[in-house]
Amino acid sequence: MEPTLLKARGLEGSRTLASYLSRGGYEGLRRALALGPQEVTKSVIDSELRGRGGAGFPTGRKWTFVPKDHPGPRYLVCNADESEPGTFKDREIIEHDPHLVIEGIAIASFAIGAHTAYIYIRGEFVRWANLLEQALGEARREKILGADVLGSGYSLDIWVHRGAGAYICGEETSLLESLEGKRGFPRLKPPFPAVVGAFGKPTVVNNVETLACLPSILTRGPAWFASIGRPRNTGPKLFSVSGHVVRPGVYELPLGVTFREIIFEHCGGIRAGRKLKAFFPGGSSAPVLTAAEVDTKADFDACAEAGTMLGSGGVIVLDETVDMVEAAANLAHFYAHESCGQCTPCREGSDWLVDILHRILAGHGRAEDPDTILRICRFASQGMTICPLGDAFSLPISSIVSKFRDEFERRIAAATPAPPRKHPVLPWAGPRPGFGR
Amino acid sequence: MSTAPIHAANPEELREVRFDAAMESQIAELLTHYPIPRAALLPVLWLCQKRYGWIAPGVMEAVAARLGLSPAYVQGVVTFYTMFHTTPPARFVLQVCTTLSCAVCGAGELLAHLRKRLGIGPGERTPDGTFQIVGVQCLGACGSAPVVQVNDDYYENLDPAKLDALLDELAAAKE
Repeated sequence: MEPTLLKARGLEGSRTLASYLSRGGYEGLRRALALGPQEVTKSVIDSELRGRGGAGFPTGRKWTFVPKDHPGPRYLVCNADESEPGTFKDREIIEHDPHLVIEGIAIASFAIGAHTAYIYIRGEFVRWANLLEQALGEARREKILGADVLGSGYSLDIWVHRGAGAYICGEETSLLESLEGKRGFPRLKPPFPAVVGAFGKPTVVNNVETLACLPSILTRGPAWFASIGRPRNTGPKLFSVSGHVVRPGVYELPLGVTFREIIFEHCGGIRAGRKLKAFFPGGSSAPVLTAAEVDTKADFDACAEAGTMLGSGGVIVLDETVDMVEAAANLAHFYAHESCGQCTPCREGSDWLVDILHRILAGHGRAEDPDTILRICRFASQGMTICPLGDAFSLPISSIVSKFRDEFERRIAAATPAPPRKHPVLPWAGPRPGFGR
Repeated sequence: MSTAPIHAANPEELREVRFDAAMESQIAELLTHYPIPRAALLPVLWLCQKRYGWIAPGVMEAVAARLGLSPAYVQGVVTFYTMFHTTPPARFVLQVCTTLSCAVCGAGELLAHLRKRLGIGPGERTPDGTFQIVGVQCLGACGSAPVVQVNDDYYENLDPAKLDALLDELAAAKE
């Protein structure tokens, strides 16, 4: 497939405005300004574009939730937090083609009637925040942004807002809290951000990759976009592949390719001639799939049918040498660290998972541990928390226990009782072995 | 590319902080980006961390006064996020990613190598204040694992030999 989102990759000086304009850049925005907001929204609905950040919600429909008659300002926020483990696609777009992101933001802002947009980028991405600032500076100088966008009379300012190290700020309501200068505690929904968002005003939050799809939908038409993939699962998609593959990296492929094609053709298979054991299809928050499920199609609906999710398209590939108990412990540690602490099931549940998994790794597993883990996962998911972080660890960790239960039971069969503790109700205080520590 | 060292201001210097004209004008510019002053809190804290190397209590008080917030509120925000230093950092903060993709691609070997070479582990710093190690969660560069972020810069596809070369370069350029 001819690349759309990554067509600048490998071109000399691809980040400059001159290079972007020479590739037909800002033509989509020009067309959008001529069409008017309603027609732009209709094109995006017709393209069947679904959000690339993880939830897969139809982008055009999200825009229509913004109240038409709202008198005050409204905002567009580009989510460049990219904090889902296994995901590194937005960074790739910004690295090679920051103007593509800016054009997408301008098109979306125009469609919803926003005159201020923010790019919320994770704090660690200093280099990529600077690349965006440089590109924004160029666009302002050339009157592509500012009081009179491309001579249309429409005004738009875009500001870069850096986060400061918090996974939770990739969740849209937490991101808005952080944008407002607060701790990143997710908000209860409804009201949804499209009605009450940043600074109490209607706000649309779209992912970098989602916005980067817009210029080509405008220039090549929604029918072209919808012709890639299958109905409800249309367009090109970036897959970030990491772990034990020969050629990890970001691949632009049509939605609906199989994971077998991604892992064995595009990424050259598993390193060192080893065998595939398992993979996370859409970031670490997606339920794990086994080697037997590698023919699953990589699109939103096929992943849902397989009991998992496409998520952000971050494919983490694990070979036969990986101990799945260690993998579960590593992920539990991540989510326990990143839980904001607002909701008890998530805060306590993630910590207890860390304790139990590390106790198993330390050789003191108990027969009831796998079921306890599954019970904690049920307790922390299915609407028991304000935001989906509870689900984000419950689903993958319960899927690891369900699909690789024999590995847990083997360790537990060889376990010795844990040494007695002074305070039996306190968490496991012994050593926490496992990789990464 | 060579990573610039952090120059952490002395705690004494930051007991009482007054922003100079340059800082004031940058803060004033940031405030134009938002409808309310509080929204500039993260950007202003970043400005301060760049200038002073860390966010001392005196810095929090000055930021609070400038944005019309209470020092307690500012401290609540500062400590929620992991990237603001609330103690003076070493000149080079080695942030080793330990999440799954890096973990299965050799993050553990990097940490073991750092312990052997520098004698320190996560949460510790070398006695001369040159290096500090932090085990961090996913840095969003999983395709080039394992990854270490040094101050603001990413170093990717590392192995012990590359890490050695990097440490040599940083130690030599430390002033």
